[in-house]
Amino acid sequence: MQGLFSFIVKVNTAHQILALLKKDLLLERRQQHTLYGILLYIASTVFVIYLTLEDPDAATWNAIFWITQLFICINAVAKSFLQEAKGRMLYFYTITSPVAFILSKLMYNLVLMTIMSIINLMLYTAMLGNPTAAYWSFAAIGILGGCGLGLIFTMLAAIASKALQQASLMAILGFPLILPQLMMLVRLSKSAFGEIFNNGIPFQMILLLLAFDALIIILSVILFPFLWKD
Amino acid sequence: MERLDEEPNFDPSNKGYMRLTWWKLLTIDLLLYAVIGGLLMPVPALSQLGETIRNLYFHVCMWFAMMILFTISIIHSIKYLNNKSVIHDIKASAYAAVGSYMGILGYLTGAIWASYTWADPNNPAYASLGSIMREPKLIGAALALLVYGAYFILRSSITDIDQKARVSAVYNVFAYAMLFPTIWIIPRLLPSLHPGQEGNPALNFNDIDARMRLVFYPAVIGWTLLGCWIAQLNVRLELIKEKKISNV
Repeated sequence: MQGLFSFIVKVNTAHQILALLKKDLLLERRQQHTLYGILLYIASTVFVIYLTLEDPDAATWNAIFWITQLFICINAVAKSFLQEAKGRMLYFYTITSPVAFILSKLMYNLVLMTIMSIINLMLYTAMLGNPTAAYWSFAAIGILGGCGLGLIFTMLAAIASKALQQASLMAILGFPLILPQLMMLVRLSKSAFGEIFNNGIPFQMILLLLAFDALIIILSVILFPFLWKD
Repeated sequence: MERLDEEPNFDPSNKGYMRLTWWKLLTIDLLLYAVIGGLLMPVPALSQLGETIRNLYFHVCMWFAMMILFTISIIHSIKYLNNKSVIHDIKASAYAAVGSYMGILGYLTGAIWASYTWADPNNPAYASLGSIMREPKLIGAALALLVYGAYFILRSSITDIDQKARVSAVYNVFAYAMLFPTIWIIPRLLPSLHPGQEGNPALNFNDIDARMRLVFYPAVIGWTLLGCWIAQLNVRLELIKEKKISNV
């Protein structure tokens, strides 16, 4: 009986997560101005870089790519919590559990950051050329990194949405926390530029990044219920 | 309104609450020993370090004290999330504040030390600074200070007292859990001049000469206890302020 009950709860939670995810995607389709806003942000950022840096070498390309990725992430993820009005949060509070809510947000931002990373990479290749030696492994690292940044900033957006000056606060709260991950990503992506690593080191770094992502998800699931109640 | 006077001995009219407890006497003794013994007792003669090696009793102890105080702070944050009593929030922020202060002192003592051992005398100071700031241990320390700077900015940007306590406790736990693994990872990614490259600096017994351990470990305990003492005074001040506010 107990097992059946917990099974029903699990199914119910999964159902709720999917419903919330669907709601976010549907909103994205209906309110297209926010999506196009981010796309335009990416395009204009890369264009500004294209005009200021005429012919970047591989190291500069790599560094600028990750910084752009970071700023795109802050802008894309910030709205996932900041767009929810207070009254609507109260409505979610009555119909769903905090764990389902934060998991749906994390999944939604994973999808969003995967798409944004691909668009960012395409624009970089189109405008700033392609200095990589192994393009597809760089693309994979780019998506992995984008998703990792998206996960951290989802939780930080949830924290910042409780305070004043939310957007700038998110950057202040986030930068010290993502810096180690960003350094690892820059280092790891050098393997796609033909730098030779010791055997197994890139693989270890990927595992470490995945472990970080798992840590963020676990922390979010544990901590978000405390933020949730007003 | 919940009770704010859960702190034992908290009663300004009772003179007993200001008495020197045993650990405060221990702090005074240990720090006197650390300063006098640290300046007078024998140390190994190393060509590059010379007598500056005595800074170990101050510089490294600051970082130890900082990490221990931050750990106490996060424990109070977890306690706050568990039982929502304001005293834990006050304590968490007080320990974080003293921890940050110790971190800044760690930077200052480190800067003095580096200027005698690392800085290139042929270049101006800022030219050396550019390469010194890339040290992984310095990056880790800078990250810790930035995180707690952000913690205090977050606190000041929320007006509601309960919400401030809750949100900042969540950030404290999140940041601590994210930050501390990375402090141990970054040094393994970057080359470094800083001692303690392999493994965790100063925790390894063989890193430090036996003569220095005699002073080093008591000094760590002394500085940490001093930090706790300062934090406790800050907590009392905050409690008095809170009482005044809630009595109006």
